[in-house]
Amino acid sequence: MAQIKFQQLTSASPTFWMLVLAHVVIVAAGLSAALYMETNGHHVTGMTNQIVWGTPHVFAVFLIVSASGALNVASVSSVFSRLAYKPFARLSGILAISLLAGGLAVLVLDLGRPDRLLVAMTTYNFRSIFAWNIYLYTGFMAIVLAYLFSMMDRRVSKMTAVNKTLGWTAFSWRLILTTGTGSIFGFLVARDAVYGGVMAPLFIASSLVYGLAFTVLVLLMMSIETHETLCTREMISKFRGLLIIFSLTVLFLTAILHVSKIYAAPTRAVEAFILRDGGVYPLLFWGGQVFLGNILPLLMLGYMPRAHSKRNTLGLASILFLVGGLAQMYVVILGTQAFPLNIFPGYEVSSTFGDGAFNPYSPSLPEILLGLSGISIAMLIATAAFRLLPFLPHGVPVDAHGVAQEPEEEVAEAGAAA
Amino acid sequence: MRFLSKLLVAVLLLVGAAITLPGGSAGSVLGGSTAWAADEGAGRTPVPHPAHGKGDHCVMPTEFMRRNHMLMMYAHRQDVLVEGIRTTKFNISGCVNCHAVKGEDGQPVSFDDPKHFCRTCHTYAAVQIDCFECHNSKPQASDKSAAKSDDLGADGADAAKMAAFLRETKK
Amino acid sequence: MSSCSGGDEKAGMDRRGLLQSAGAFAATILAPGVTLYAFGGGEAEAFQARPPEEPASSRQRWGLLIDLNKCSTGCNACVTACKDYNGWQDTGRADIDPQWIRKVTLKDPQTGVERSAPVMCQHCASPPCVDVCPTGASMKRADGIVLVNKHVCIGCRYCMMACPYKARSFIHEDESDQKVNNPSGKGTVEGCTLCVDRIDAGQRPACVEACAKEGGALIFGDLKDPQSEISQALRKLPSKKLRADLGVDPGVQYANLT
Ligand code: SF4
Ligand code: SF4
Repeated sequence: MAQIKFQQLTSASPTFWMLVLAHVVIVAAGLSAALYMETNGHHVTGMTNQIVWGTPHVFAVFLIVSASGALNVASVSSVFSRLAYKPFARLSGILAISLLAGGLAVLVLDLGRPDRLLVAMTTYNFRSIFAWNIYLYTGFMAIVLAYLFSMMDRRVSKMTAVNKTLGWTAFSWRLILTTGTGSIFGFLVARDAVYGGVMAPLFIASSLVYGLAFTVLVLLMMSIETHETLCTREMISKFRGLLIIFSLTVLFLTAILHVSKIYAAPTRAVEAFILRDGGVYPLLFWGGQVFLGNILPLLMLGYMPRAHSKRNTLGLASILFLVGGLAQMYVVILGTQAFPLNIFPGYEVSSTFGDGAFNPYSPSLPEILLGLSGISIAMLIATAAFRLLPFLPHGVPVDAHGVAQEPEEEVAEAGAAA
Repeated sequence: MRFLSKLLVAVLLLVGAAITLPGGSAGSVLGGSTAWAADEGAGRTPVPHPAHGKGDHCVMPTEFMRRNHMLMMYAHRQDVLVEGIRTTKFNISGCVNCHAVKGEDGQPVSFDDPKHFCRTCHTYAAVQIDCFECHNSKPQASDKSAAKSDDLGADGADAAKMAAFLRETKK
Repeated sequence: MSSCSGGDEKAGMDRRGLLQSAGAFAATILAPGVTLYAFGGGEAEAFQARPPEEPASSRQRWGLLIDLNKCSTGCNACVTACKDYNGWQDTGRADIDPQWIRKVTLKDPQTGVERSAPVMCQHCASPPCVDVCPTGASMKRADGIVLVNKHVCIGCRYCMMACPYKARSFIHEDESDQKVNNPSGKGTVEGCTLCVDRIDAGQRPACVEACAKEGGALIFGDLKDPQSEISQALRKLPSKKLRADLGVDPGVQYANLT
């Protein structure tokens, strides 16, 4: 097997710096939004005593879920020994860390008392899934860093056993991590919309879609920056296949979730709310998550047109997957809270505290800025890493027409290896 | 690339300095009366002169309070809230009542005022406190929880016992 | 920069011994009667309180019985009393108002009959809020009272997501002039404490006192004591726990709810 060559990002094109600048501006806006929310109190947001988790949580959970999925490519390469994925393993590892950091930053900045982060890190309640998640997240970062080191260090990378062990650890850890994140919702006994065991596998499947979509987009971006095609034709078809499988799994599990809840009488009302009567929630569910976020990209990937536009199709589909993911998180997190808790089954209830009423919520600007800044934080960390260390693989140079000069036999060889 | 790594180092240095410096000065202030007196002699930053509380003395000797009040408050809050032990001697409302400082209008000032008893030293030592985010920093007429000053004779043995305990927990 | 809110538990073991001895010291000076007076602002004791230096114990489990036949739709006395005693107020925006206790109007869809029930923290024996809280700020005292330790609450609101009864409120704005018995501040979560400070001083919760002057629908007492008023009433009245199917075992029960 030929030695895989890696490179650092060296480009200094105006587009690159414009992008970096845009991210910096968004992060600055997000931080000021967080400061604004903290000094004034949460009454400046759309969140209330009925809707306690809002837009920041949508972004935070989305990013955390994506993070564990982003590690997928690395896992495939070392756990399942698929050599074709090996050039992308480093990138997938660092992307996982960046996305996780972005998501956690948003989560922490939205706390009522972000200044007590130290308390959160030193006082644990071991029964809390939330607290397990703190361990899971920090452990994830540590393991992925070790894994990256094992891939990148000249000597350690030759020790296949070490590499493999770390790969396996990272892989199992990420499964537990996403199970943990899904269980944050799945364990809420009182919330009819999300209570149940299917949340964990659903989150794992979703994480694979989002994570891979992020990886693909970063690869395509970096191809432009490095003037090389990092995403070869062979990889495009592999990524396409994976995305199709993952997305179908998400659709399948979503269907199970809803069908089982429609089947059980007590949860029928909340299903009617989310799937039919709930205004923005059915719209986001059917239009956002199901159609834009799964069906449309599936169709696009299924009927991929001629060879040279494949790259764009894959990119577009990935963007749609991510949009669908945000819609999915919005429905899960906010739809759950918008539906009133059923405290007195069999009665029509009303009170001064919103009992029996659908709880309105509209995201406020600071919340949206804070949420978006999570994505930008992740992208800035990844970019900085790309410039500091050789995370990116060497691709195939492109010619003047932007067409990759892929030698045919290399494709065939790599295909055989996979 | 170069630039970025330099930036990183600079940021790390700044953060490190921010973490160590105020903590360091706070440490020296709380370190004991000698440092306190020495500072005054040197006449650098004006040393705070917190107002005297009501009565002859505090719930513990002043020297002891200076060094250990935070540990005592920490222990007491756990006792009251978590265990349900309702002794009143170390209640924060007791501190607030005895050490109330009157403002221009003759009314007790809140923590927002630089003259507030707790604030005088805490500003000087740059140690942020959280107490008055939730607790009222002004004495409440209805509150009868503070022990009367003549009840508060802390004998030497008692103080010694507590000092030993607090040394134990500090480790 | 150091902060006083650190959550260091290692002091826990000897701490009790220490402050107890200090407390005993205080108690030798203050006559017992004076100590009680110190808590209660002059109200009479409804039952024998523990000595102040004694921690809450699991020999008791405090609970409420709410007899809906005696609770009228128009009455709001319990809510007003709670507001007065614990100092939570309307903020001017209904959706961010804290609400420790609320009157819920129940309408039977078949008969159209309306009734009314006060709902507060149900002081669950297996409280989901405590299970999920990442820092342990949500806690259950030995005698079954569920509290928020605001010293360590980080304001993540996971407890609010988990509570089946919507019993908790997040403080959205700066607070000022808090009551001594209920320190309360922006960015933390709070809820009904069953007037824990009153119970420790041998008094019934403020809502129960207020209700006694109205319909007398609220009965407070020790569920573990078979002789207590509440235990006796529970034996006579058919009563229910809200959402008993969830298995959280509330300490608050509702009589004549059908
Ligand atoms: S009612 Fe809600 S807040 Fe009260 S103990 Fe039960 S879960 Fe916790
Ligand atoms: S808001 Fe406070 S009490 Fe509630 S779960 Fe979070 S830390 Fe615990």
